[in-house]
Amino acid sequence: MTQKLVSRLIEAIANSIIANAEVLTTLDQAIGDGDHGANMRRGAKALKTQCDEISSLEFAAALKKAGTAIVMTVGGASGPLYGSALLGMAKAASGVPKNAKEASVVVRAGIDAVKARGKSDAGAKTMLDVLVPVQSEIESGSSIARIRTVAEESLEATKPMLAKKGRAAFLGERSIGHADPGAKSAALIVHAICDVLEAQ
Amino acid sequence: MKKLINGIDDVLSESLRGFGLAHSDLVEVSLEPRYVARKAKARDGKVALISGGGSGHEPLHAGFVGAGMLDAACPGEVFTSPTPDQMLAAANDVDAGGGILWIVKNYSGDVMNFEMAAEMFDGDSASILTNDDVAVESSLHSQGRRGVAATIAVEKIVGAAAERGDDLDSCRLIGERVNSASGTMGVALTSCTVPAAGKPTFDLGADEIEMGVGIHGEPGRRREKLKPADALVAEMVEAILESAGADEGSEMLAIVNGMGGTPALELYLIFDAVSRECDARGISIARSLVGNYCTSLEMQGFSLTLTRLDGEMRELWDAPVRTAALHW
Repeated sequence: MTQKLVSRLIEAIANSIIANAEVLTTLDQAIGDGDHGANMRRGAKALKTQCDEISSLEFAAALKKAGTAIVMTVGGASGPLYGSALLGMAKAASGVPKNAKEASVVVRAGIDAVKARGKSDAGAKTMLDVLVPVQSEIESGSSIARIRTVAEESLEATKPMLAKKGRAAFLGERSIGHADPGAKSAALIVHAICDVLEAQ
Repeated sequence: MKKLINGIDDVLSESLRGFGLAHSDLVEVSLEPRYVARKAKARDGKVALISGGGSGHEPLHAGFVGAGMLDAACPGEVFTSPTPDQMLAAANDVDAGGGILWIVKNYSGDVMNFEMAAEMFDGDSASILTNDDVAVESSLHSQGRRGVAATIAVEKIVGAAAERGDDLDSCRLIGERVNSASGTMGVALTSCTVPAAGKPTFDLGADEIEMGVGIHGEPGRRREKLKPADALVAEMVEAILESAGADEGSEMLAIVNGMGGTPALELYLIFDAVSRECDARGISIARSLVGNYCTSLEMQGFSLTLTRLDGEMRELWDAPVRTAALHW
């Protein structure tokens, strides 16, 4: 059960990232340095390569293994951030979460790890602007459809924001008007997870 | 995109392999994980200096590995921070018992990856964050300033201090002193193209420049029409001195750094302009470097770094160095 779920999640997330790598690059060229698509694609490929090994593990160990793979292959800002998210989730997880409440605790631990590593929080035009609202929807037991909507709305809401973190922050006001590439990759991951859960 | 490459995925490993072959008397290159280390190991007890960052800024940092400067450099993918496994492998290779000093340019990715490596490393380590780019500074964001070409001055001067026998803490302090005495500003005439992206990072009109550009093609202060070299230099010197501070009679290290696609003819013309501008302000250029040191792929343009030297810094700058990109 865990094995199938983990390998489906890896496939869905990795395929979505690979298919959208150019979109991420274009967004990053507008306000960052243009490496987000290539970095995320490298991480997605590493996860696919290690998919059998990762999905043979218990859920928490699988999260830890996946997080380590991301940290060691991706680089940039997204490597430590997404890697720390998975490592943080691994610490909070025991088995596969049995309900929304349990899932929200695990996701929150991942988000806390991102905040600590990036010394940031929601409102700074980063992936947290998607992850934080999505987590509170999970916590309040929202439907998958609702979670998808919130992910999209939150991504859209990064457009008028002023970047305060990451390379986009060096642009100051010139970052306004563009969606954040990290928020976009976070939304892609949320949708991919929703796809897998809906198919269950 | 027109580039001298074979496959996009092989650019970095083939270039690193070439670097190792071309400078086999100075360095050894590890391809898995990627790092460049001195061939002749440092003496026992010396503080080991490790830097790193995205590729595309060559000769920074691998070109500065060797006696009197870095012990190792960790190159990431183009414009992407390296990963902690590279830093750890490099640290375990070059650790001579004096501790590791990480020299990190202030970008969130570099900072986080070096931070993770430092957490995983068993021995003593400390870090210096360079943030000399005076072009963009806004109280609205908390990222601080970017680290650019003054990193070369930090690596050279701290490298000499470590060679002299300074301990980890003294090395860190002198590095911070060099960083805070430095200011840099860049200007781009054209964009660069990241191989994996395949298209220019930004669009500039035929007669436009990006004043205050970053070394990854990040926007700077503003986009404007190209002006005569003297006018560009005047604005940059003004901005740098405002931030780094200089009194009449100050002695400076001046680095006129090509962004990768600028002819030496123009870089020396810029240095002439910098000299005249400094003369007019009663500031003397005591040491200088003109050439491609901290590049941005094929970008046309340059950056100017001014570092206010004190006696000790000047002496350490003059100390012998033997690396692929700097030697005296």
